[in-house]
Amino acid sequence: MNVVIKKIVSSILTILVVACLVFFAFSLIPGDPAVAKLGTQATPEKLQALRESMGLNKPVAVRFMEWIGGVLKGDFGTSYSYNVPVTGLIAGKLPVTVILTLYSFILMIVMSVFIAILAARYENSHVDKVIQIINQVIMSVPPFFGGIILTLIFGLGLHLFAPGGYVSYDINMGRFMGYMFWPALAIALPKSAMAFSLLYGGLITEKKKDYARTAYSRGNSTKDVFYKHLLKNACIPVVTFFGMALADMIAGSIVIEQVFGIPGLGRILLTSIQNRDYPVVEAIIVCIAILVIVSNLLVDVLYRIIDPRTAVAEGDK
Amino acid sequence: MKRAFKDFNFTLGLILTAIVLIPAIIGIFWTPYSTETMDNAMKMAGASLSHPFGCDNFGRDILSRVMAGTGTTLIIGLGTVFIGTLIGTIIGAFTGYYGGLVDDIFMRFNDVMFSFPSLLLALVFVAIMGSGRIQLLIALGIAFIPSYVRIVRAEYVRARNLDYVKSASLAGASDLRIMFVHILPNIVKVLINSILIGFNNAVLAEAGLSFLGIGVQPPVASLGRMLSDAQTYLFNAPGMALAPGLTLIVMVLGISLLGKSKVITDR
Amino acid sequence: MLLHVEDLNIEFHDHIVPETVVYDFDLDMEEGEIVGLVGESGSGKSMSALAIAGLLSRHDAKKRGQILFEGTDILGCPRETLRGLQGDEISMVFQEPMTSLNPVKKIGWQVEEAMRIHTKATPEERKRRALEVLSHVDLDDPERVYNSYPHQLSGGMRQRVMIAAAMINTPKLLIADEPTTALDVTVQAEIVKLLKHINKKHNTAILFISHDLSLVRQLCGRVLVMKGGYVVESGNTEEIFNNPKEDYTKHLIDSIPKVNLDE
Repeated sequence: MNVVIKKIVSSILTILVVACLVFFAFSLIPGDPAVAKLGTQATPEKLQALRESMGLNKPVAVRFMEWIGGVLKGDFGTSYSYNVPVTGLIAGKLPVTVILTLYSFILMIVMSVFIAILAARYENSHVDKVIQIINQVIMSVPPFFGGIILTLIFGLGLHLFAPGGYVSYDINMGRFMGYMFWPALAIALPKSAMAFSLLYGGLITEKKKDYARTAYSRGNSTKDVFYKHLLKNACIPVVTFFGMALADMIAGSIVIEQVFGIPGLGRILLTSIQNRDYPVVEAIIVCIAILVIVSNLLVDVLYRIIDPRTAVAEGDK
Repeated sequence: MKRAFKDFNFTLGLILTAIVLIPAIIGIFWTPYSTETMDNAMKMAGASLSHPFGCDNFGRDILSRVMAGTGTTLIIGLGTVFIGTLIGTIIGAFTGYYGGLVDDIFMRFNDVMFSFPSLLLALVFVAIMGSGRIQLLIALGIAFIPSYVRIVRAEYVRARNLDYVKSASLAGASDLRIMFVHILPNIVKVLINSILIGFNNAVLAEAGLSFLGIGVQPPVASLGRMLSDAQTYLFNAPGMALAPGLTLIVMVLGISLLGKSKVITDR
Repeated sequence: MLLHVEDLNIEFHDHIVPETVVYDFDLDMEEGEIVGLVGESGSGKSMSALAIAGLLSRHDAKKRGQILFEGTDILGCPRETLRGLQGDEISMVFQEPMTSLNPVKKIGWQVEEAMRIHTKATPEERKRRALEVLSHVDLDDPERVYNSYPHQLSGGMRQRVMIAAAMINTPKLLIADEPTTALDVTVQAEIVKLLKHINKKHNTAILFISHDLSLVRQLCGRVLVMKGGYVVESGNTEEIFNNPKEDYTKHLIDSIPKVNLDE
């Protein structure tokens, strides 16, 4: 348990360091946000007034202390372009991105596990070979083009969903999840293909091991041998990949939101980058950093749960 | 070489890569039509003999734009891999070979960077530096450094204690000579594979950022930007999306097959 | 008759040239009988045992002949029927206790497994039974073993766990495929004693496979000697020991270390 607490502490420190780096990186950017907002035609008096109201006339160190103090209380300052608190601006969008990421992650696990077991059960059969070929192709499809193809086939062709027909989760949860299935699928497909390769390799190795034979000798069906015995063992080396995939899916969500017209963090991040609305950009980057670091932490804990041998190895040290 | 072609992955990978790269290289210097000339009469025209992939919403020839766009992607991908490999190898070599406190601090930092998706890192750098081809290339290059540092460092840590390094050291070779003349050639095999994977990731990241509108700026043709423009006309002109999208898939598939082939993995 | 094997031939098709590993294998076993199956590695003894347990893949191995377990045709019956017997009427203990247990599952879960598959017992009943069989195989602290993972136990303990798991449904036939080979000498003797005790207590028939004739002599009334896929000699263990007909059997007897014989 000590190890986990250590990891949590170091994760919190990492988040703070990332927050500092983000703030200073954006403070170093040449250009004056006040000029950007009012345009070059603005009078010096107006610019000066705006700088003061934005807090830009204070030294960087003071601004940083104010900002980090606010961040710790959940206050990310005021948006340059919308003139509203940043926290309120992104609070409604964060759940959309988080749900989309988790949705993709669950789809990836379900698809890769199911298909890897199918292919590994029938190793070297035609089913296996066809799956391998399709898998290699899917691995090469970037999520945003996958999303376009899904829209083309299932949206415009088969009318299984209405492209652009996003429904917010606070209006209708069922229709929200129904619509989100498609972007989640687009994100999950290439990652599932990679997870499939790793899981398949693991299952092929595990199924030749002695304990698999023991499982058969107790009267297990092939399906049970795979799901109850081999799967967990085959997952151990893949857990690290799952962690990286989860972090990648946060990035994937931001891109795919543009394909399916989903008002998550992605859209507001992009407009804020284009408008040089740094408080918003900083806040979103810090939020994403927290998501990435928390997902790394979760994977670490998951690893310990799946493989009982790690705990002992560390206890021995 | 004859044996290489018996390897299915290698042959198919080479063919697919060639299908995309040869027109792309030509496209850097010459395209059938200008990539920027708009022709109202040809707006969203379907495929024809004179325009094999049809025309886009401004009446521009899609084949020409795909050729030029792939060229843009290719240059940015190569540049990214070059920056990432060069700086990543230097940092990885020094930290891995010398170890110690500097190594520890560097690795802490590197691991944090590495745990962030490279697309997001690049996005942050673009947000800081602004968009454009050069900025994009630098942003992607920096974003890809951590993964190379990891790989190269691990190889140097391993090599540090090997006999040939120790004997070179006893023979009086300088540290720099040992690092770059003795050890480096031995890790080329590992590097080539990660360069191929890195190139693919760079291509996808470039396309992703351009798709988001913060990568390559119009009127320069890029596959990602073409896909994002095509979205609006998906129903009327699916070819606008399919041509750049399939090009991207064939290129990535070809390179990853090459990376999987025995010619690259065994040596 | 518990087990009747007649004319068993096993051929492998996973290479380019088919390879026969067992020729014309015959074996009859009565309830409660202990039969030894000896031979060097590669003699076909393990393959025969796996075939009897129904564990040879139907895809790779081609089998001819007949295996009847209480009248059920092991080679020809549907897989459902075979699964109904495995772990319930026929159980198996393997050579490598280190790798024969699933490394990521708790011992209790693995010991109970056959009971979970074949009976409708409640979790509490299963646990009670698991602790019972664990104490029957002379494990000191069944509760602790129950909650352990395989890597926390020694080789000898793991083999006891394997035997406990095999015995949980009190099968009629226990096939022990070189159960002592991976263990050191003192533990070997204990395991043999344990098998003998199980046989007496539950009247479980045991097919004991080994290359160690001294162990076979301690345990089995009858023995089959295999070489190159053929049964070269069979009969009463003492008779074969005192009067081996085949050179191969003599060679096997001579290779027993003298120390072992005295035990």
